[in-house]
Amino acid sequence: MPPSRFLPHSALQSLIDVLAASGYAVIAPQAREGRIVYEETFQTAELPWGITLAQAAGNSRTTKGTHKQAFAWANGPQALKPLLFAPREPLWRITRQTDGYAVEAIEPPGRPLAVIGVRACDLAALRIQDRHFLGGPCPDPHYGGRREGMLLVAVNCTHPAATCFCASTGDGPEATADFDIALTELEDGFVIQAGSPEGEEILAALPLQEAQAGKIEAAAAGIRRAAESQTRAIPGQNLRDALMARLDHGRWQEVAERCLACGNCTMVCPTCFCHAETEQPELDGSGSLHSREWDSCFGERHGHIHGKQLRPEISQRYRQWLTHKLASWHDQFGRSGCVGCGRCIAWCPVGIDITEEAAALLK
Amino acid sequence: MNRPRIAVHKFASCDGCQLAFLNAGEALLTLAQRVEILHFAEAGWIDPFAEVDVAFVEGSISTQHDIERIRVVRESAKFLVTIGACATAGGLQALRNGVKEAASWVADIYASPEYIECLPESRPVSAHVKVDLELWGCPVTTEQVLAATASLLNGVMPVNPDEPVCVECKRRGHACVLVTQNAPCMGPVTRTGCGALCPGVGRACYGCFGPAELPNAASMAKHFEQAGLARRDVARRFLFITSTAQPFADIGQQYRDKEHD
Repeated sequence: MPPSRFLPHSALQSLIDVLAASGYAVIAPQAREGRIVYEETFQTAELPWGITLAQAAGNSRTTKGTHKQAFAWANGPQALKPLLFAPREPLWRITRQTDGYAVEAIEPPGRPLAVIGVRACDLAALRIQDRHFLGGPCPDPHYGGRREGMLLVAVNCTHPAATCFCASTGDGPEATADFDIALTELEDGFVIQAGSPEGEEILAALPLQEAQAGKIEAAAAGIRRAAESQTRAIPGQNLRDALMARLDHGRWQEVAERCLACGNCTMVCPTCFCHAETEQPELDGSGSLHSREWDSCFGERHGHIHGKQLRPEISQRYRQWLTHKLASWHDQFGRSGCVGCGRCIAWCPVGIDITEEAAALLK
Repeated sequence: MNRPRIAVHKFASCDGCQLAFLNAGEALLTLAQRVEILHFAEAGWIDPFAEVDVAFVEGSISTQHDIERIRVVRESAKFLVTIGACATAGGLQALRNGVKEAASWVADIYASPEYIECLPESRPVSAHVKVDLELWGCPVTTEQVLAATASLLNGVMPVNPDEPVCVECKRRGHACVLVTQNAPCMGPVTRTGCGALCPGVGRACYGCFGPAELPNAASMAKHFEQAGLARRDVARRFLFITSTAQPFADIGQQYRDKEHD
């Protein structure tokens, strides 16, 4: 790892400017409507300075505090997922011809993104998404096109929410790989290091200072405290056999009494990749647009095969989600599908807690 | 080639769902070229007894005359599509169903109540005749109606999404008003189709598209109550635009009955 340097808060604008001058659209966190969102950002003033995020089961609130940091929060409902795996996008258009039909592939827009503020949990999720969309014999060109040009600026998490448990899944709070640049925020700026040749080039164009030993130690201590302060934990990094042995556990029915089957957990999960494809014929009969959109295993069409709904009950749908995420994911990806970001806990309207459900099922 | 023939009928309703056609802009011209419109009183065509391929029906069945008329519409149409909450679930006017003082309300409201000939209940079209496709919404959207029409013109059964509003809300990146504001949003139990309109402007969904495919209304109601909503207000969340649709009807009634517990 190359040596760490220091980027004072006062020089953060230079990072945005250098990335923009390198041809990137710069995506960074902003505080909006009680949550953190990742949007195109031009000025450091747009960042969530002084924002504190309080998350609990079924609850998320931002407050404007007096501190002087821009990344003193855990995460928002989304980060990288919608930027790479679009919530809805057209894939192809089919047009009626006099002697048959023609198919035209629709290319995704090609502007490369530089994302500032990526958390370690999101990088772990990204590795899974990369493997899902790009790892097989037929890499997804839409995901791949966006992924190829993406530059990742990680920010180590120093302020986990009460819903976070990345330390127990082994995915955070420190970003250890797969970033171009990594920052750790202190009171007056960032300890900064490059993780790739591209990142090194960007850093070379920034007005960096030498990072003193005290700052490096303060950054490490901040990350350490973030791990130690987490109160939730998943009860084991491989629950495959334990959960598969409990498919008839009474807990599935208990959780189904609370579960709204609304699909929010799957929508905010950074590793969920299920999608459905839809056909929209033109009114004039000239053709049809074929699109892909996020889908959820809590919805009807996910378990629908011709003439039959495989999972008509909420208990079956919740079990499908949890046993895929924490059990059969191991067969598919060699690891659990949970990266400990806690989004499914915070954004579940009735606050169902994956760590609590997993623990109850193991009993 | 003969163009498919369509009719748009109106029953007890506010006329708003027919506007999904009239507000379609350029697409309305395309539609008029693809089909032959035989009856659509709001747009000027009047032939209520015309034999058609597809009849779109707006409004609930609210009078004896409506019952007779919907039977004729059914007999004259190969395919019958209800458009909107009234035709599909009885509509807002179904709030009078089961009200004991209904007759005195009529006397209180109308100067000459003897001219009002209402059935005791406002009921969906499906309570009287077979319906081939139900499009929910108050009102239905132009996109919804045209998408269904385009599929029918291509000879396939339209996709009629029944997932919860939440899924569309998250696709669009809206802030969850339940989680960030503790608002009594019906999105988790309500059928999609509106484009997550209300949460998109920061307010709670009021369930105008009716129940989603697998709604846990009991858990939703309990959550509203725990979040501070009075039981009467919980009941009102469910007994509103689609008050006859299950499970909204039963849950709403339960909370209304135990209002004073």
